[in-house]
Amino acid sequence: MSTEPSSTADGTQLSTAELQARIEELEETVADLETDDEQQKMTIVATQGTFDMAYPPLILASTAAAFGWDVVVFHTFWGLDILHEEKSEKLQLSAVGNPNMPMPNALAALPGMDRLATRMMENRIDDNGTATIKELIDLSLEQGVELQACQMTIELMEYDEDDFYDDVTVGVGAATALQHMAESDIQLLV
Amino acid sequence: MSVTYDVTETLDVKGASCPMPVVKTKSAIDNVPDGGVLEVLSTDKGSMSDIDGWAAGTSGVELLEQVEDGDVYKHYVEKTA
Repeated sequence: MSTEPSSTADGTQLSTAELQARIEELEETVADLETDDEQQKMTIVATQGTFDMAYPPLILASTAAAFGWDVVVFHTFWGLDILHEEKSEKLQLSAVGNPNMPMPNALAALPGMDRLATRMMENRIDDNGTATIKELIDLSLEQGVELQACQMTIELMEYDEDDFYDDVTVGVGAATALQHMAESDIQLLV
Repeated sequence: MSVTYDVTETLDVKGASCPMPVVKTKSAIDNVPDGGVLEVLSTDKGSMSDIDGWAAGTSGVELLEQVEDGDVYKHYVEKTA
């Protein structure tokens, strides 16, 4: 083993105290990296604004948060309506072109059918003890899920930032979503 | 009959379905002191698998036992740290 004083790559000589300080610094960096790795991250992109499609992102997000994960749901296009205070209460099932609906398209296309189909589903959800969309939004926010509203779509739809539930993150775009996605273990497009 | 646990707190989520049992369990366990046991009462059949999976993937909790008692699924979760 050499007794020569240690030196850095550029040849600068370091004292024992300096080396000690560097070791501590590196240990802290390693500890930070290890902590970062422990927490799972998930990003969901919610693009749909029908009654049925509002459920999967919110259920997965709130559950993931219960696991202690860092969760972001980026709402864009029709997915924005899920976070819109007024529209969120009026999300509808589409009866037309929905093969799961027990009615032919000719009938489903009649006025009021979407409303009827939605009410039927709402009743079933209530009977089953399934949470409402509003409850899931509150639950997600309580659990620390970050619900993001795409700024470009807010402007496209001519919504106002105040139209959204409190604690919804506004003023974010695709770059913000991508940044979280790049660090995420799980990325979902709904 | 199962072992009787020294239950610190009981969470009643009977009638609620996915994701409520898991999410409410998480919220409730946060308020249980270390070493305490949370009893969760649920009527959701999926809660047997879900709470098991949640406990396995969450640090600081240990699922002690799950009991099916008639229509009610009982879960005993210990807060380990």
